[in-house]
Amino acid sequence: MERKYVYADNAATTRVLPQVLEVMTPYYLEEYGNASSGFYSFGQRARAALEDARARCAKMLGCDAEELFFTSGGTESDNWAILGAARARKGKKHIVSSSIEHPAVRNTLLKLQKEEGYEITWLDVYENGIVRVEDLEKALREDTALVCVMFANNEIGTIQPIRELVEVAHAKKVPFFCDAVQAVGHVDIDLHELGVDLLSLSGHKLHTPKGIGALYIKKGMWITNLIEGGGQEKRKRSGTENVAGAVGLAVALEFMCGEEGKRERARILALREKLIDGLLEIDHVRLNGDRERRLPGNVNVSCRFIEGEGLIMWLDIMGVAASTGSACSTASLDPSHVLLAIGLPHEIAHGSLRLSLDVDNTEEDVEFILDAVKKTLEKLRAMSPLSI
Amino acid sequence: MYSEKVMDHFTNPRNVGKIENADGVGEVGNAKCGDIMKVYLKIDNDVITDVKFQTFGCGAAIATSSMATELIMGKPVSEALKLTNKAVVEALDGLPPVKLHCSVLAEEAVKTAVADYYNKIGREIDFDLGCGGCCDHCDHH
Repeated sequence: MERKYVYADNAATTRVLPQVLEVMTPYYLEEYGNASSGFYSFGQRARAALEDARARCAKMLGCDAEELFFTSGGTESDNWAILGAARARKGKKHIVSSSIEHPAVRNTLLKLQKEEGYEITWLDVYENGIVRVEDLEKALREDTALVCVMFANNEIGTIQPIRELVEVAHAKKVPFFCDAVQAVGHVDIDLHELGVDLLSLSGHKLHTPKGIGALYIKKGMWITNLIEGGGQEKRKRSGTENVAGAVGLAVALEFMCGEEGKRERARILALREKLIDGLLEIDHVRLNGDRERRLPGNVNVSCRFIEGEGLIMWLDIMGVAASTGSACSTASLDPSHVLLAIGLPHEIAHGSLRLSLDVDNTEEDVEFILDAVKKTLEKLRAMSPLSI
Repeated sequence: MYSEKVMDHFTNPRNVGKIENADGVGEVGNAKCGDIMKVYLKIDNDVITDVKFQTFGCGAAIATSSMATELIMGKPVSEALKLTNKAVVEALDGLPPVKLHCSVLAEEAVKTAVADYYNKIGREIDFDLGCGGCCDHCDHH
């Protein structure tokens, strides 16, 4: 019998949907023209496919096609949005962000701080992992160039009150950038209703291959370029267009944001609740992040007396792919800045476990995961010198 | 990322547990840094007749503890004191550079346990205990 292996790390990356790969393949094998080679039909067809994909993505996101720019993924979009928006506002040297941003945002902000003299205010997220609107109100200054707060956190899945935060920022005429890499395709987003000025997304978190993403730039929002070259994407983002990726992104968004995708979200949310309930029945396990305001597939718990890397390695042997915010998974001594930001002591943060469910996961998977976690914790705790 | 030896010692750690009324106990590291190793020694005529360990830590921490206990089992304490982190790493067919500090902790846990034994029998501690588990001391990178 083949050994069961449950992939429960969908916040890291997702499986490509067969229908996504299917629509992409012809753009590699047959219609592989350069979308900017407009003098022959081969290039024109690639251009038409690219623009059709853009329009379809825009429709799913609630924005205009001209507001959507394809990139290589979430990290590029985050870098472009932040560096581009900051550098376009000369003289304003202050940025407000949250203390739990993804490294693609956090490290870009730290670069601005270190190399270009910006001052960053990091908003507290309290115990539940959520920013408070009144804190943003207090943090805004005359010289604030940008506010950047993520839609949903990649580790603890908490969803921020973006609409309310945008209103506060806009009242002071400060533009708003939202990193929505974890959220797009998993929660309802209507860009024009949301009101953000910039928003980043990544395809491989919603079932496209790696290497395609997008940045939404609201009409009238001016940001400088990050990548110079042949002037593709209306001279804003150079580099030969990834037509196949764009076509795949359109199909993935149509699935994930459509009726079927919405039904899937409800199903995944029920699985998440079952998984959380099961985990909390184990002694000395606590949930990290707000239980209600979180991504439908995100579970993040801390297990006392054990360390996360050993937990992940054992779970892998037991047949579960998961993730941890322990320091031992990195080169630094500190556990994840997100877990420290919600007030966890180091030793509890070291024992964190993230399980992220998605469309491929089933009820049996949840049972299997719970059994594997219980057995693994028993093993590791029996070995640990720590206890109450 | 880990050698087969490391995975073997991680999944089937040798000498896990406690020794009641141990002749020497050494604990190094701290929970804040994510590693604690505790080594228990049973010593007869200056020879280690039994050794057990308990570890809170990553895969490498568990594997190095396990290997260190194997390397000192049945040895005179004078030999156990010669155990270096390098010897532990070699016996495990290597460790990733970021995990070398785990082998340092294993060496120090053994030394700390021997020091506890020396204390108990009133013998002078004539060797260096190392950092004693202060994380900032060792090169984590």
